[in-house]
Amino acid sequence: MAFITRHCRIRQYTIEKQGEVFLRDLYTELEGFLTGAMKAMQIAYPKFYKMDHLAKLGFLGVEILLKELDIVSQYGPEGVALVLSNANASLNTDLRYFETSKTISSPGLFVYTLANIVTGEICIRNGIKGENAFFITPRFDPEIIAGYVESVMRHKKTGACIAGWVDVMGEHHDVFLYLAENQTNDTDALAHTPEHLEKLYRAEYGTVDGRS
Amino acid sequence: MEQLMADLKKQIIDALNLKHLTPEDIGDDQPLFVEGLGLDSIDALELIVLLQQHYNIKLANPQDGPLIFRSVKSLAEYIKTHQPA
Repeated sequence: MAFITRHCRIRQYTIEKQGEVFLRDLYTELEGFLTGAMKAMQIAYPKFYKMDHLAKLGFLGVEILLKELDIVSQYGPEGVALVLSNANASLNTDLRYFETSKTISSPGLFVYTLANIVTGEICIRNGIKGENAFFITPRFDPEIIAGYVESVMRHKKTGACIAGWVDVMGEHHDVFLYLAENQTNDTDALAHTPEHLEKLYRAEYGTVDGRS
Repeated sequence: MEQLMADLKKQIIDALNLKHLTPEDIGDDQPLFVEGLGLDSIDALELIVLLQQHYNIKLANPQDGPLIFRSVKSLAEYIKTHQPA
């Protein structure tokens, strides 16, 4: 069984890392919050500004998750997998694209009318070439994610997997991402079980590892 | 011509979501693609849409794109000679 070595949360215009608030109250409007977070974290990546909100949320989440950690050097490009899920797929952008299609369709918007584009953006940014998948479920489903991630990590090439939930619809945004690793020296790491994922996802602010 | 180029820079930033740039960051002769602003093929399609939306110009021959979209100046010159009266 793998270990949960890192986790982060983006919700209610607040970013949490390992259960502690990392950035809070930047804005009360999603676009401003996302671009403000990029500036606050001093990340220079011009393509970010072209992404839709789903891709921006996934991108930011992984930036926080992997901060000061060179996972690709550690496990190799094909040794890192990516397994994401959400409830609304790319509907948020699909609706915006539908509006533009009434006049002249926007090609820049069209490229984001698939849920798994966010996985591509994350892989390009981080040089990840491992297994990837995107599931659509009505709510965050720890059984499905834990089960799939474990099956991916049983493959001897895969040493780590970025996984979790990235959902957006209008101003509603809900991100829970974690890093699963086959081996760790971190004594605080949790066993990669659906129960631990559920606790981390449900944890209130300041509940560091969801154990309380 | 100066005003047209100033308008184009604002429209390009807006249409292509180049929020990290200001109009002053884009030189009149600066290449828009690859080594210049680093635009890509999707951006080229957005520029074609921009021409239609703002200037009512439909690109007759897409193969002319690389010359027309070389820089803000070349784009402005194309608009001046092709905009419907």
